[in-house]
Amino acid sequence: MSSSGPDDSLVEDYYKKLKEEAEISGYHLNPDEEFTKELLSSILVNQQRYGYGACPCRLASGKNEEDLDLICPCDYRDPDLDEYGACYCGLYVSGEILRGEKELRSIPERRPTLDERKEAAGNFSDVGISASALPFPVWRCRVCGYLCARDEPPEVCPICKVAKERFERFL
Amino acid sequence: MKLEHVDGEKKGEILLFALSTCGWCKKTRLLLEELGVDYDYVYVDLTEGDERNEVIENLKKWNTSLSFPTLVVNNDKSIVGFDKASIEEALG
Repeated sequence: MSSSGPDDSLVEDYYKKLKEEAEISGYHLNPDEEFTKELLSSILVNQQRYGYGACPCRLASGKNEEDLDLICPCDYRDPDLDEYGACYCGLYVSGEILRGEKELRSIPERRPTLDERKEAAGNFSDVGISASALPFPVWRCRVCGYLCARDEPPEVCPICKVAKERFERFL
Repeated sequence: MKLEHVDGEKKGEILLFALSTCGWCKKTRLLLEELGVDYDYVYVDLTEGDERNEVIENLKKWNTSLSFPTLVVNNDKSIVGFDKASIEEALG
């Protein structure tokens, strides 16, 4: 790890805040505090380096718009929690892993390649329901799946706390 | 491609593609050091420009998903992720 990393007190504050937010919303940080704090320290390093808190276990491009999907918590956290009981970094874990009923392991990468992501963005197809029949558009948080019907997405997701840019038009 | 070298017992050409920020990469380095093997590594997140492109082209040959850690043994076989059992089997 970098020797010129962020102050321990910054990491400690970040840890406390994130842990509290996670637990309130039904998520869990990895109970291995040392491992977890190193990851948080790395997210702070990325925040400093790129201007956004990119996933520390993936190579960031340095371009915010290309990396929206991997700002922590990333778009892949919840599917990975469902399938493997942990996010890609092992920062977030399932209840099973938290209780020690399942072992935490390094898991495969789920993020599509840059070419695949570009293609998927170009192939956006509307769902069968006519959005114009609805009094409000429906927005979906790409991270946690929270849905809301209002003119615009909220500034911050009330469930997982990610920023407005992480929402997509769902209906 | 500029590599960092760690001295140890020679078990072949061992090259680790890693990120300086990644927890599993750190665990992989600790395991290699526990096994006491001689290896080279590159922290890809600390590379820039042409060097970054060169490293990525090299990594692509071993792991098209460009994920970390990727350990290349003897220019022949790659182990993706912190796969303790496979690393121990290849280098133990």
